[in-house]
Amino acid sequence: MNRPVFAPSRVASAAAEHPRQPFAVRFPGFVRRLPWLVLAILALFPLLAPALGLEYYVGFVRRLLIVAIAASSLNFILGYGGMAALGHAGFIGVGAYTVVALVEAGFSSAWLAWGGALVVAGLSAALIGAVSLRTRGVYFIMITLAFAQMLYYLAVSLRTYGGDDGYGLYTSLEMGAWLDGVHPDVFYWVVLAIAALVFAGFSRVAHSRYGHALRGIRDNETRMVALGYPVYRLKLAGFVAAGAVAGLAGGLLASHNAFVSPAIMHWTQSALLLVMVMLGGLGRRWGAPLGVALWLVLEEALKMHTDYWHWPLGVLLLLAVFHAPQGLAALFERREANR
Amino acid sequence: MDAIFVFEQLLNGLGYGLMLFLIAAGLTLVFGIMDTMNLAHGSLYMAGAYVAARVHEASGMFVLAVAAAALVTVAVAALLEVLVIRRLYRRDHLVQVLATFGIILIADDVVKAIWGVAPLMASTPAVLAGPVQLAEGLPYPSYRLLLIGAGLLVALGLYLLVNRTRIGMLVRAGASNRQMAEFMGVRVGTVFAFVFALGAALAALAGALMAPISSVQIGMGEAILIPALVVIVIGGIGSIRGAFVAALLVGLVDTAGRAFLPPALRAVLPPAVAADLGPALAGIAMYVLMAAVLTLKPAGLFPARA
Repeated sequence: MNRPVFAPSRVASAAAEHPRQPFAVRFPGFVRRLPWLVLAILALFPLLAPALGLEYYVGFVRRLLIVAIAASSLNFILGYGGMAALGHAGFIGVGAYTVVALVEAGFSSAWLAWGGALVVAGLSAALIGAVSLRTRGVYFIMITLAFAQMLYYLAVSLRTYGGDDGYGLYTSLEMGAWLDGVHPDVFYWVVLAIAALVFAGFSRVAHSRYGHALRGIRDNETRMVALGYPVYRLKLAGFVAAGAVAGLAGGLLASHNAFVSPAIMHWTQSALLLVMVMLGGLGRRWGAPLGVALWLVLEEALKMHTDYWHWPLGVLLLLAVFHAPQGLAALFERREANR
Repeated sequence: MDAIFVFEQLLNGLGYGLMLFLIAAGLTLVFGIMDTMNLAHGSLYMAGAYVAARVHEASGMFVLAVAAAALVTVAVAALLEVLVIRRLYRRDHLVQVLATFGIILIADDVVKAIWGVAPLMASTPAVLAGPVQLAEGLPYPSYRLLLIGAGLLVALGLYLLVNRTRIGMLVRAGASNRQMAEFMGVRVGTVFAFVFALGAALAALAGALMAPISSVQIGMGEAILIPALVVIVIGGIGSIRGAFVAALLVGLVDTAGRAFLPPALRAVLPPAVAADLGPALAGIAMYVLMAAVLTLKPAGLFPARA
C-alpha cells in the first residue's frame, strides 16, 4: 500500500479525500462538502420521513449509525493498525452490559450509562489488548476470539442480568431536561451527533502523526521497532481507543433495542463486523460506514421479500472477494483512476 | 460425587474430545498445508449430520446413513474446493475469513431450504439404544461407547495414513514446509485437494456420529467451529498429533468443567455466587487452557513447522 503521505493539514478537517484521486481532483469542492451533505441529509431525515411515509426507517437508520460507530472503531485498528481482531463484538457487549448494570443499580442518566460503557469497555480492552498484542497473525485472531468468547459465557451465566434470556430496559434512560421530550426523535440526533464525532475523530487521528506511525506498524513492524517507535504501546493505545468506542456503540445499542442479550456478543457478530468493514474498504475513510450501510440495507430489503436472505449476502461476499478485494470505497476510486 | 460419576464424565469427555479431533484433523491440515483459514469447515460437519439423520430415518440403517453422509459431504467439499477454496490459497487470512463466512451464510440457507428450520431429531440405532454394564454398578450408554471406539479407530487409521504411507509423507512434507515440498516435485495442489476431501469426510463422520446425541440444527456448524479452532491452535497448526492431544485435552477440560466445577464451587462459595460463577467458569475453561498454552508455547504444543 504505497499511498502518498500527507501532513495533517487544514484539508483534513474539511474531510477531503486523497487529492491523488481523479474524482477528488475534478470535483474538489463537491468531495470536500460531501461529508457535510451526508450529515445534513441524515439530520433532516426524521423530519422528512413522515412526509415520505418512511417513519419506520428512522429507527433503522439509527441502528445503522450505531453499527457504523462500532465498525469505524474496528476499521481504525484493522485497516490502519493491521490488528485483525475477531472479538470486537465482545466490547460492544461489555458496553451494553455496563448500561444494564447501571440501570439495575438504579441509575437513570443516559450520559452516565453511555460514559460508563465507554470507560468500562476501554478498561477491558486495555486488559485484553495487553495480553493479545503479544501474539501475531492467526494467533492474534484466535486469542481475541477467545477473550470475546469468555465475555460471552460470562454474560450467559449472569442470571442477575437475565443470563441467556437477556435483560429488558423497560424505562428509557434520561438524557436531561433540555433534550427529553423536545421531539420524539431526539435520540436519533444524539446518535447522529456521536457518530459524526467518532467518524471525524477517527479520520483525523488516522491522518495525524500517530495515525502514520500506526500505518507504519501495519506495513512493516520490524522497521518501526528499529526506528525506535514504541510499537507495543502505540498498538495498545489504538486497541484501547477502538474498544472504548465499540463499548460506547454497545451502550447506544442497549438504549436503541431497550434490550440486551448475550447474542450481541456471539462470535458471528464479531465476524459480521469484520465482514462489513472489509466489504466497505479496509483502511479507507468511508469504508466502515459504506460497508455497514450496504450490508444492513441489503439485509433489510432481502428480509422484506424472502425468508432466505442469508445466501444472497453470502454470494455478495464471494463476489467481493474475487472482484472487489479492496472494498466498495476502493472500487469507486479505482474506476475513476483507470480512465 | 462418587467414583462412578467421575469415570462416567471422563468417558463423556473422551468421546467429545475424539469427535472434536475428527473435525480438527481436517481443519489443521488445510490450515497447515495451504495456510488457508476455512470457517466453512463447520458447515461440512452440519451437512454430515443432516444427511445422516435423514438417511437413517428413511432407511433405518445407521451404517448406510454414515456412509451416505460421508459421500455427500465429500462431493459438496470437492465442489467447494474447485469453485472457491482453490482460489483463496494465496490470499490474505482476512480475505479467507470473508469468503468462507460467505459460504457459511449460503450453506445455512441451503440447509434451511432442503430440511426446514426446525431441528431434526436423530435417533440412535435400535441395537445401541440401551446401556452396557461396564462394571458392577456402572451402566454406560452403548452408543457413546461406539462413539469412543469409532473415534479411536479413525485416529489410528489417520495416524497410519499420515505416518506410514506415501501420501501421508507428502502431506507431512507440505505441512512442514510447503515451498520446499514444491521444489522437491510434490504436487502440493493435488495433495491439498485430497486433504480437503479427507477433512470433509472426517467432519461428516463426526456430524453423523454426533447427530443422535446433539441437536441437528442450523448453526450447529458455527457452534462446533470455535472449539475445533481452539483445538488446532493448542495443538499447533498443521500437526495431527497435536490436534489429537489437544482435542482430548479440550474434550476432557470442557466436560469436566461442566460436570465438576459447579458442585465444587457450591462447596466453597455461597450458593447464589456459585450458581452464577459455575457455568461461566465451565464455559471459559477451554479458552483459559488455550491462553495458558499460548503463553507457554506460542506455536502450540506440537508445532508442525520447524
